[in-house]
Amino acid sequence: MSTHTEHQAQQGREPLDVNTPGLTRFDIVREGARRDDIEIVHYEPQVVSGSKAERRLVRLVAWLFLLSGLAATAFLVVYIWWPWEYAPGRGSDKWYTPLLGLTLGLSLLGIGFGILTWGKKLLPKEVSIQDRHEGAVSPDDRSITGQTMLYMADELGVKRRPLLGISLLAGLAPVGAVAAAPLVGGLISNPHKNNQMFTTGFAPAEGGQKVRLVREDGRPVRPSDISAGGQLTVFPGIEHGISNRHADSPTLLIHLRDEDAQKSRQANERVGHGDYMWGNYAAFSKICTHAGCPASLYEQQTNRLLCPCHQSQFLITDNARPVFGPASRRLPQLPIEVDSEGFFVAKSDFTETVGPDFWERP
Amino acid sequence: MKRRKFDLAAAPGKAAAGVDDRFQVATPLRRLLNKVFPDHWSFLLGEIALFSFIVLLLTGVFLTFFFEPSMTEVIYNGSYAPLRGTPMSAAYASSLDISFEVRGGLIMRQMHHWAALLFMAAIVVHMLRVFFTGAFRKPRETNWIIGSLLFWVGFLAGFTGYSLPDDGLSGTGLRIASAIMLSIPVIGSWVTSSIFGGEFPGTIIISRFFIAHVLLIPALLVALISVHLGLVFKQKHTQWPGPGRTNGNVVGERMFPRYAIKQGGFFMIVFGVIALMGGLFQINPIWLFGPYEAWVVSAASQPDWYVMFLDGSTRLMPAWQINIPIGDGYVIPPLFWPTVVLPGILVGLSTLYPFLEARHLKDYKSHNLLQRPRDVPARTAVGAMAVAFYLVLTLSGANDVIADKFQISLNAMTWAGRIGLLIAPPIAYYVTYRLCLGLQQHDREVLAHGVETGIIRRLPDGRFVEVHQPLSAAQEHGDGHGALEYTGWVVPKKMNRLGALGPAVRGFFYPIEKPVEAPVSPGHPPVEPRPEREEISSGEPRR
Repeated sequence: MSTHTEHQAQQGREPLDVNTPGLTRFDIVREGARRDDIEIVHYEPQVVSGSKAERRLVRLVAWLFLLSGLAATAFLVVYIWWPWEYAPGRGSDKWYTPLLGLTLGLSLLGIGFGILTWGKKLLPKEVSIQDRHEGAVSPDDRSITGQTMLYMADELGVKRRPLLGISLLAGLAPVGAVAAAPLVGGLISNPHKNNQMFTTGFAPAEGGQKVRLVREDGRPVRPSDISAGGQLTVFPGIEHGISNRHADSPTLLIHLRDEDAQKSRQANERVGHGDYMWGNYAAFSKICTHAGCPASLYEQQTNRLLCPCHQSQFLITDNARPVFGPASRRLPQLPIEVDSEGFFVAKSDFTETVGPDFWERP
Repeated sequence: MKRRKFDLAAAPGKAAAGVDDRFQVATPLRRLLNKVFPDHWSFLLGEIALFSFIVLLLTGVFLTFFFEPSMTEVIYNGSYAPLRGTPMSAAYASSLDISFEVRGGLIMRQMHHWAALLFMAAIVVHMLRVFFTGAFRKPRETNWIIGSLLFWVGFLAGFTGYSLPDDGLSGTGLRIASAIMLSIPVIGSWVTSSIFGGEFPGTIIISRFFIAHVLLIPALLVALISVHLGLVFKQKHTQWPGPGRTNGNVVGERMFPRYAIKQGGFFMIVFGVIALMGGLFQINPIWLFGPYEAWVVSAASQPDWYVMFLDGSTRLMPAWQINIPIGDGYVIPPLFWPTVVLPGILVGLSTLYPFLEARHLKDYKSHNLLQRPRDVPARTAVGAMAVAFYLVLTLSGANDVIADKFQISLNAMTWAGRIGLLIAPPIAYYVTYRLCLGLQQHDREVLAHGVETGIIRRLPDGRFVEVHQPLSAAQEHGDGHGALEYTGWVVPKKMNRLGALGPAVRGFFYPIEKPVEAPVSPGHPPVEPRPEREEISSGEPRR
């Protein structure tokens, strides 16, 4: 399809002299459009001026604008005088945001529909055709631009003076790296500093002092605190142990029923965790080995632990083996015992890596 | 001395002449005012994204005045009683303050969130429009690529913004994001540690996300959007085929005044709708989630909708762990595939699609006319396949909620998702392909034989046939009229599309103008009341 079919008539057209007396303003507009290769082919008022339909539309637009002003005023009134401050059980503040939204929304919609009606219904309808000028660049022009750029290369003479090119590359490449260095160098942080990926807050202190298991409020836990079938989230009893600074330490302490504990002990033997439980109590990391969410939904009847983020399920009685979902690794088990004062302590840190998997996990 | 008289009426003209003397803007300005835009409702979907972005900038600037991007631990002592005395990060505390202590802060926060959701939704719908109509073809491949980049940059903007309040829900999302980075082979732990400044969560991530969210990403978005719009302007908008429309012209309205007025009105409406949503519909009530604590999560914790497909893919992924037995042994966790590889493939496929299609069809011409989806069944079916894939993933992102509300087993939902992900796209492909062919055939049928009139005629030999209204004038042809050529545009399929019924009467309570008489064909007699029917009987008396 030729690109110049539309305006062939325009090509050899004499431009209209816009100073000709008697020309209407529309004639000049049309002439301007023609000079931009636009032909206004259809131009028709939508309403007869002075007609009932026009008056009706004008009234409608005016009402919309006035409604908008009214709503905006209401917005200001609400914004300034409404009792908005939150107080428990008061109630009036509950209406503040909805009222602001309603009044602001109405005022904006009022302007919006007002302008739309004005533009769509009251302005003349038109159809204009503009030439796309696709492929308007002539091969000559392309060639000239190309030659100009090649000539620039000639002027620089890189071809004749190869040393310049080589030294430029060799010299400036490090300069480019200088720009990147502070960014990379400043951000980079060794993930294996202090062996942080493989230790948790349960690691015994310098003197071999074993770490207690404590509740969220910091109190240590006795075996009698959990009834059979119950479970409790425990933290390392160290400074900041119950905070996000030890985000990989939260552990689930579960008191299994007799028969489940029996099964659990056998499963532990199989993976070499024979002495990790204390009585019927077992402790597993709460941090899912899949994506690190806390696996916290414990189904007492089936002894399954479910992570609500991606539905990985771990069978506690089978040493927290993943039985469904995307997790591929058991929850690490914390070896526990009871100290002389009758409180739970961790015998040692977790013996497997806690949390989501990564490349160099041994 | 003669007193110079100030002529008010001539002032604007004089000022304009002065400006033009200095900047020579008259001709370019006239070109701009006269530029022709083709009009169709589907061309306005991208505008919704643009307008939402403007609202995002406006509300976002407001929020920065009050937000404190710091993870320093503070004890909350604001007016929201249930959380008083709780240790939390300064970021979360200041987000609570925006919601409770700042006058009008909550509506700004909610408008910002709704605008973000609308921004992403409009991008997706706009992208579907561009895809299914073939608007991405040469010469517009660059704009297609920029558009798909805009989706991913918008995704990042959304995720970083969502994480800023440091509440229980977004903190869990951040935890998952850190696990995703960790899962990258070889460099995962270094990437995570470098971004979080140590082990998760560290103390710096919120301030890093903040500067990314308020400066780096918006700057990138503004740059991409500017180039996107500039290219639309430079390359001129595509148009639907139709009378007088060719590949070499643009048929529509001049930009000023009517087109621009409509755009302005549309902006106000988008803005108004966001304001209504921000005021009336609660979104992200962070005070209910509490501060982020690594050991707390609740069921049915879903991310924003545009992240849900990744959440879904993560849920559906089987637990396939790859062990590499070299040295101490290395691991590629299953998390890596649905969250790093899958988005990578999606970015690659979507950006390359225009080139893949051109190569496949050996079509290297420029196209300024759009195609109806039915006319390109293969592309439409591929698009339907992608939509089906995306929908299965998105629904799977909420499969725990679906399982809960419909009393379905959670594991059954996961399996349904896994199987659905494999079979839904091919089914969508096949069904869409057949639908396209069916629609094409119906168009051709109407063009050849005319529109169904609903009038049934009994022929002398007892057969019943429906009378069709041919679309073209009578011709010496088999059935008395000629078949029309299909032009790539809507074929009228109802009689009132042909003007056989009078136009609707205008006016709400009473007509504002005299209704136009319905046109009656000269050959037809006026319709008369039907004569009393005679009972058709077989001749035998009824028992």
